[in-house]
Amino acid sequence: MLELHGTALPSRLLLGTAQYPSPAILADAVKASGTSVVTVSLRREMAGGRAGEQFWSLIRALGTKILPNTAGCHSVKEAVTTANMAREIFGTNWIKLEVIGNHDTLQPEVFGLVEAARILCDDGFAVFPYTTDDLVVAERLLEAGCQVLMPWCAPIGSALGPVNLPALRSMRGHFPGVPLIVDAGLGRPSHAAIVMELGFDAVLLNTAVAKAADPVGMARAFGKAVDGGHEAFLSGMLEPREVAVPSTPNIGRAVFS
Amino acid sequence: MKLTVNGEALETAVTTLEALLAALDYEGDWLATAVNSDLVHKARRAEFQLSDGDRIEILSPMQGG
Repeated sequence: MLELHGTALPSRLLLGTAQYPSPAILADAVKASGTSVVTVSLRREMAGGRAGEQFWSLIRALGTKILPNTAGCHSVKEAVTTANMAREIFGTNWIKLEVIGNHDTLQPEVFGLVEAARILCDDGFAVFPYTTDDLVVAERLLEAGCQVLMPWCAPIGSALGPVNLPALRSMRGHFPGVPLIVDAGLGRPSHAAIVMELGFDAVLLNTAVAKAADPVGMARAFGKAVDGGHEAFLSGMLEPREVAVPSTPNIGRAVFS
Repeated sequence: MKLTVNGEALETAVTTLEALLAALDYEGDWLATAVNSDLVHKARRAEFQLSDGDRIEILSPMQGG
């Protein structure tokens, strides 16, 4: 079973809670996916408003583990303060750490990411860093105290799927004992299956489910793909060959001429 | 005293963070507050003295990916 920061999780799919057509569809999608962890965020509350309370009630009723994020933060200070505010509201030391460096690609600002990760790890946070597939950055994040790495496979919300499989394969090979979660860029269940077949421990996605024509059906499909990919990885896949190899034995074949 | 609350300019006579939340009709334990980019814990709001020019952020849970 997947274990993250000492917590055993039945599902290897982490699911975002944004952009669903309605709160009811969000709740149904979470259940259909089988996920054990949902991501949430923080935003300004209007004076006298109760939007946050309503959303928080819905999330608590789902009974999953909560992973707050620092989405939208572009500096170390913003990310650290947001993490501290999330810990107070959500009552968890888990934080999906995002420090964004580019408005167009939403690429992580990896220098600030490492700095923020060190500050938060030293302060007792369980940091889930949203990073690139750069091996040196990954090493720095581990040195900073991270126990989990979350590389992108394509820009957030792009649905491109894994655009650099050799880099992901290399990352898996370099960090055999570190839980690796592909975060961002997955568009289809087959994309999730591919990275799970590489040996990644889990995937985190949002848009591909929330913006599907049927988010509940897509959530279920992703759950199956993640399980299938992981089981395939454990089962040892056949390596591709350049020549045909008959699957039906030749021994005992009838001869008619 | 002039403050900036969630990006909006505001003039108020209140002196503590807790009083400010009450004056603006914020209530509930799902809120987190920061003053000048630093978290102010819920338990410290009553004693936290505001100063002219302070920037206050009042955040609550919302959907996220």
